[in-house]
Amino acid sequence: MSALATAPAHDHHDDHGHHHKQTFITKYIFSTDHKMISKQYLITGIIMGIVGIMMSVLFRMQLAWPEESFAIFEALLGKWAPDGVMTPSIYLALVTIHGTIMVFFVLTAGLSGTFSNLLIPLQIGARDMASGFLNMLSYWLFFLSSVIMLSSLFIESGPANAGWTIYPPLSALPQAIGGSGLGMTLWLVSLAIFIASSLLGSLNYIVTVLNLRTKGMSMTRLPLTIWAFFVTAIIGVVSFPVLLSAALLLIMDRSFGTSFFLSDIYISGEVLSHQGGSPVLFEHLFWFLGHPEVYIVILPAMGIVSEVMATNARKPIFGYRAMVASILAIAFLSTIVWGHHMFVSGMNPFLGSVFTFTTLLIAIPSAVKAFNWITTLWKGNLQMNPAMLFSIGFVSTFITGGLTGIILGDSTLDINVHDTYFVIAHFHLVMGISAIYGLLAGVYHWFPKMYGRMMNKNLGYVHFWVTAVGAYGVFFPMHFIGLAGLPRRYYTNTAFPYFDDLADVNVIITVFALITAAVQVVFLWNFFASIFYGRKATQNPWNATTLEWTTPVEHIHGNWPGEIPSVYRWPYDYSKTNEDGEYVIKGQDFVPQNVPLQENEEELNH
Amino acid sequence: MDATVVRTGTEGKSWGGGNEPLKASYGKMMMWFFIVSDALTFSGFLAAYGFSRFKFIDSWPIADEVFNHFPFLHGVDAPMYYVALMTFILIFSSVTMVLAVDAGHQMKKGKVIFYMFLTIIGGLIFLGSQAWEWKNFITGTYGAVSTKGGNILQFVDNEGHRVALADVAQVMPTERVPHTRESGIWFEEGAALPTYTIEEIKAGFAANENILVRTQALTEEGEKTILSRQESLKKLDAEAVGVIEGANLTQNEYGPPLFADFFFFITGFHGFHVFSGVLINIIIFFNVVIGTYERRGSYEMVEKVGLYWHFVDLVWVFVFTFFYLV
Repeated sequence: MSALATAPAHDHHDDHGHHHKQTFITKYIFSTDHKMISKQYLITGIIMGIVGIMMSVLFRMQLAWPEESFAIFEALLGKWAPDGVMTPSIYLALVTIHGTIMVFFVLTAGLSGTFSNLLIPLQIGARDMASGFLNMLSYWLFFLSSVIMLSSLFIESGPANAGWTIYPPLSALPQAIGGSGLGMTLWLVSLAIFIASSLLGSLNYIVTVLNLRTKGMSMTRLPLTIWAFFVTAIIGVVSFPVLLSAALLLIMDRSFGTSFFLSDIYISGEVLSHQGGSPVLFEHLFWFLGHPEVYIVILPAMGIVSEVMATNARKPIFGYRAMVASILAIAFLSTIVWGHHMFVSGMNPFLGSVFTFTTLLIAIPSAVKAFNWITTLWKGNLQMNPAMLFSIGFVSTFITGGLTGIILGDSTLDINVHDTYFVIAHFHLVMGISAIYGLLAGVYHWFPKMYGRMMNKNLGYVHFWVTAVGAYGVFFPMHFIGLAGLPRRYYTNTAFPYFDDLADVNVIITVFALITAAVQVVFLWNFFASIFYGRKATQNPWNATTLEWTTPVEHIHGNWPGEIPSVYRWPYDYSKTNEDGEYVIKGQDFVPQNVPLQENEEELNH
Repeated sequence: MDATVVRTGTEGKSWGGGNEPLKASYGKMMMWFFIVSDALTFSGFLAAYGFSRFKFIDSWPIADEVFNHFPFLHGVDAPMYYVALMTFILIFSSVTMVLAVDAGHQMKKGKVIFYMFLTIIGGLIFLGSQAWEWKNFITGTYGAVSTKGGNILQFVDNEGHRVALADVAQVMPTERVPHTRESGIWFEEGAALPTYTIEEIKAGFAANENILVRTQALTEEGEKTILSRQESLKKLDAEAVGVIEGANLTQNEYGPPLFADFFFFITGFHGFHVFSGVLINIIIFFNVVIGTYERRGSYEMVEKVGLYWHFVDLVWVFVFTFFYLV
């Protein structure tokens, strides 16, 4: 690695004759190889995902059958479920940690960490990331923060339970709620480490994309995956530090007696000395990260879907430059819309209308992307692989969830459904389910590249169809109970006779949730069994054009034996024909990026 | 691959791959993007500061009155003199850093060592000065009385000069019991007892005709409001509940506690950056001394820490502006 660290980028250190002996530790644990780090991210993300999804199953059971006794509660929650009945505080904790784990640990680190690491060097034609050491550090900081987050589940006063948005004063005062004690401290420490990890990762992604592209790989020849990862990393560098500001100030308020977010608090008859602060300030700081964060989650999924879709439709992606421009537009707009999370915080209605305006602007680039995906599918020679199915599923859920975003982005409409299940339905479909579909599409598509073996297609089909039906089954009814006024984050709704009519819907949702969660076991089995027993992969199983499929199936340090390939064309030359109607390369409907322009081939400007 | 024969079609284009489009090594670019990120953390803090200060726009302390100490000049009103000096020292250390980087470009090891050394010394002096500023702020000067509503009342004489608590108080023999962990609900100790009790201050104030109360409210001219003797007596009697000496994270004798909170937090966070900068500079300094970069043939590491050091300076310019000048 030291050779990589000091060698100027342009010579791509072609001296690849020497191979140092690797021990188990340098190969599998403290590895600096981007392919291994990507696998580490993926496996850690999957484990965190199992925890996060299990939590949602538990609290869904409580919502469907409030305060009923379940043996599984007693087994998993212990003292938090006396006689198998879930207590309100652990319900809140489950909701909080579910949100935190899914947003940060699965969909930020698990998605962008896995595929940025795997694909950036492979698709731009680089031997490795710019700094392998920082890359390794980034993973291990992520691992450490995961361990701290999970360890907070096992402490006496319980894990953080002020919601994943940790609004003070609830999150700042241990007197107010048990989880705001040590649990919240661990949450904040974990997130601070997570931010450091994300920063190191993002710095690496950005400079690698800028500096280490191979000859001929101009920015307009980058696959859309790389554009998405690149812009995601930039948003991360811009927005995560502001969350760090908020977290540090909150730590000061909690542990050192400052009053940044606290003022005029009376609790159990005692006056607290905090004076002058403002909880709304926290909301501003938090959502300045919080909103870009949803694009950090969704952009990599969009990039993956674009790539998988073009490959499996055997067609060029429709509107390549429009796709790039919309990624950039989304990234820019994401930083000026945070106020739409705060319409009911007492915000000046005029400011609310400004945020409504900027928010609705996002519909434009989002629609550009949605239409481009649909037009890419149009008249394509569709290969219905599991990855393709999940990509199409992504477009479906993204549109469904996006449409309700227009309602929620409008302050006059949002106020009516604020903090109801309508919001839950919206963001789970548009960023939760969609991003997970992107992640799954990526796993099915690049599994042969990661492990040199194929996943089982039929199990993939089962996984997709049950998941697709189940996910809509969970989240579609939530629109209606939300419109009916059912508030989110409530432990039980039985105290309000008005909600009795909605009890059956809640049971249906939970049944769908149980089925959908159960079918993920099929995926887990498929994933882990295929690592060892899957059919051996060929070098280019999907007949794709991008550079990662020009590397040998067996991983080698440095990716390509011999020279790095040069790039002569954009990444979407699928089904390209000459004037005579013949494919550019006879009998092959794709032209890899490293194939020079053929005779008689017309060079297109994309 | 016949790459040497066929052209990729991007030759001569700066973004065509296989080159460094920004003409910078990846390490330098990482430092730049790190700086962007760190700048946003500071922006978060400064925005929060602005947000909170705006909330107390009519009672914010006057910086000239708070930061008016100078070493060896006790009791002399020297507003901003010392912070101006320490700002100058920090900016000068940026100048020596530039000279070190320049000497590095010319591969002059001796000069790099000399200028890096000056930079480190500058950073250390700044840190020491910061500690001294904190000490003055924590100790306070005159002391004040806190009211029921959480505001403060200060004392002035007829000419408007500040009067210290010691000159107001009439010492009385009283028994005072510190608040202990056992006697409260939340098992928290009380703060250390101030030098005088509120009764001593009230009695002393009643006895001394020449003293007036000054509130934290700002007049239209931007000065603190001074009450008449009659109003002063009434206000002190009705509202005063405690005595404050100096500033900490919960109390501030100069005005709203948030002023102290933000001052300690932001200058502390900046000071932490300076401290890390000095540490990194020392590491690089020794690497220069043992000739690591001479052998490598490039002093780029000096340039990278130089970027960080300039950034830390630039942040101080903003902190200085918003805390001391505006």
